[in-house]
Amino acid sequence: MTDVLMLSRAQFGLNISFHILFPTITIALGWFLFYFKLRANLSKHPVWMRVYRFWVRIFALTFALGIVSGITMSFQFGSNWPGFMEKVGNIAGPLLGYEVLTAFFLEATFLGIMLFGIHRVPNWLHTLATLVVAIGTTLSAFWILALNSWMHTPQGFEMIDGVAHAVDWNAIIFNPSFPYRLIHVLLASGLTASFLIAGISAYRIKHDDQKKAPSIALRASLYVAAVLIPLQILAGDMHGLNTLEHQPQKVAAMEGVWETKQGAPLLLFAIPDENERENKFEIGIPKGASFILTHEWDGEIKGLNEFIGEHPPVAAVFFSFRLMLGIGVMMLITAWLASSYLLRKKHLPPRVINLCIWMTFSGWMATLAGWYVTEVGRQPYLVSGVLTTEEAVTQIPSGNVALSLALYTLLYSGLLIAYIRTLFLMARRAVEIEEYQADEHPKHKKKLNLDTATGGAA
Amino acid sequence: MITDANLATIFVGLLGFSVLAYAILDGFDLGVGMLLPMDNQGQRDEMIASIGPFWDANETWLVLAIGILLIAFPKAHSLVLQTLYLPSTFMLIGLILRGVAFDFRAKVAQGRKTMWDYAFKTGSFLASFMQGYMLGIYVMGLETHFYAQCFAILSGIGVTCAYTFIGACWLLMKTSAELQLKAKAWASFYLIAFAVGIAAVSIVNLAIHQRVLEFWTKTPYSFVLAIIPITVFALVVICKLVLPKLLQTHTDGIWLPFVIAVALFWLCFGGLAVSYYPFVIPDKLTIWETASAPESLRFILMGALIVIPCIFAYTLFSYRIFWGKATKLEYY
Repeated sequence: MTDVLMLSRAQFGLNISFHILFPTITIALGWFLFYFKLRANLSKHPVWMRVYRFWVRIFALTFALGIVSGITMSFQFGSNWPGFMEKVGNIAGPLLGYEVLTAFFLEATFLGIMLFGIHRVPNWLHTLATLVVAIGTTLSAFWILALNSWMHTPQGFEMIDGVAHAVDWNAIIFNPSFPYRLIHVLLASGLTASFLIAGISAYRIKHDDQKKAPSIALRASLYVAAVLIPLQILAGDMHGLNTLEHQPQKVAAMEGVWETKQGAPLLLFAIPDENERENKFEIGIPKGASFILTHEWDGEIKGLNEFIGEHPPVAAVFFSFRLMLGIGVMMLITAWLASSYLLRKKHLPPRVINLCIWMTFSGWMATLAGWYVTEVGRQPYLVSGVLTTEEAVTQIPSGNVALSLALYTLLYSGLLIAYIRTLFLMARRAVEIEEYQADEHPKHKKKLNLDTATGGAA
Repeated sequence: MITDANLATIFVGLLGFSVLAYAILDGFDLGVGMLLPMDNQGQRDEMIASIGPFWDANETWLVLAIGILLIAFPKAHSLVLQTLYLPSTFMLIGLILRGVAFDFRAKVAQGRKTMWDYAFKTGSFLASFMQGYMLGIYVMGLETHFYAQCFAILSGIGVTCAYTFIGACWLLMKTSAELQLKAKAWASFYLIAFAVGIAAVSIVNLAIHQRVLEFWTKTPYSFVLAIIPITVFALVVICKLVLPKLLQTHTDGIWLPFVIAVALFWLCFGGLAVSYYPFVIPDKLTIWETASAPESLRFILMGALIVIPCIFAYTLFSYRIFWGKATKLEYY
């Protein structure tokens, strides 16, 4: 029983961690593409189409990885977590259903037109398809986060014979943590895509790409990042306060507060010890946590001692939270430093270019760390106060789960390596192609031989 | 007002429709994947180009089907997927390989392209066979004893041939020249394989399920039901006769085999559906025993009635845009 529980958790964790990498890029990259396409239409300048063309390929690759890794999730609900659907299926089912109906078909169908239809449909329709794809990806985030948030802060239902029944759909969808989580995740996607664009563009520039396209992509993405990062810090803070109100045990684990305390310190570093129920090697700012969370120096923070047996594993939440914050600070420094250079000069110095390359996948790391904080932080519950993870798990032989977990691990590692290598390969190939020509805009209908240089069809 | 009992019927209808739509739509693109000639890269490019704009949306029907099973019949969903845990895992791995190979093959270094084409072909085969295998176990009422396994393997081969056949018919419409002639030869071969598969699965099905046998032979509906096998037989014969005459002097009628393939899918699916209604798991669980709470089904039905016609509309629109022969796929 414990075996199959741990294996199923590991497998679901692996699957969802791998999956989230791709939507977190495509949600915002879709909007970036729409922006590039709009600029191309308005300015008629071929460079915007160059930027669009380079990134639409990366979008296609990323989207494909997101789709195939997402399908596995809808199978695992039934195969590994039958208790989830049996107990809260009446709530979870329709939310997932609306995601498929309103978002998946929309994005998948218009993606075909966006990728391959530019010579077959009028330009305005192609631009519209790009917009619809961006709306589709965002809608799918809306529905899945409504469900995820409901699992954190469930409301709008009643239990009849141990099964949840919906009473008020409005309350279910717009549950207390939903608006904060949705904004936090959408901004995270914006930052992930921005730093990806900036990183890959910087990589091209470092490889002596003198063309205009990588420079303007770099500029656009860094400015977006510079605007989004302070908004994200604000949204994260509000999300944290919301969590304090509804899931105080999660905040206690994030801050490493073992005993209820007035004037709790903001721990910069510590090693939480679950057995002794205390922190080792604490370094902290006195009263910092109380001030941030309650806006009073001597505010009271509920400690983990009030939730014994009901709180998440502390170390995982504590370290993930610090990792996320650390990357956030790095993002702030990078985006503002680079933007301040760009505002004053035309080009970035090599050291800042290198910094951007290092930060290419910072969004991924922050997103994963953030998800671990919130999802591990909900344990031991799957649906807060309603269903524990252990109650939901399957009864199938653990050997089967071990086998599937091993296969997924192998496959996903291979795919992740292939994905990252392909991104940089595409960037290096793009370095070699010629600068744009004046008559290159699609309105001219003239097909330039660009495909051979950047990798051919599909 | 829709009664609670009707709700279950409506949802099993939606489920059936999604499964059928998936089998036809992803069936042809999986079939194309399995037919990839490993000795001819130009033809592989052309074949993959013919399905490029559609496969994402085609695969979404699987997500919808699994979604409806999950939403409307959660007990059946968990029972089916727990019993079929390993085959469904293999199927998913097949779909993952096939799906990512689409994009990787076009973007990696030239030397690695063939490797991804192998992944494409293997993934298509793995996914198709496992779907047939799962269908077999499902029809056996989720039994997994030796005979059930044999039947499931037979059904796996049958579905693989069915997908290959519809894939060949698709290529016959969407390609030209040498590849089109190749597609014609594939279509005639896999038509027979498909027909043998239908016959074998039907006979075994009647032999092992007493209830189904009686339903098809001893009820007042028998005469009406007889239309199904007769039509299937007639369509197979017509297709077999028509295929050699195509492409001899002109290109008229090359859409006919694909239309016949779609009709055959409808009939086979219809045959299975009438045999097992109202069971959601053959001989074990009826739709009413497993249906979700009516207030949840009503909530999702409301949206489905508005959204599904829109999905039809823009799906048709997309097929119309990419009507005609497949050309080299290019962004921009």
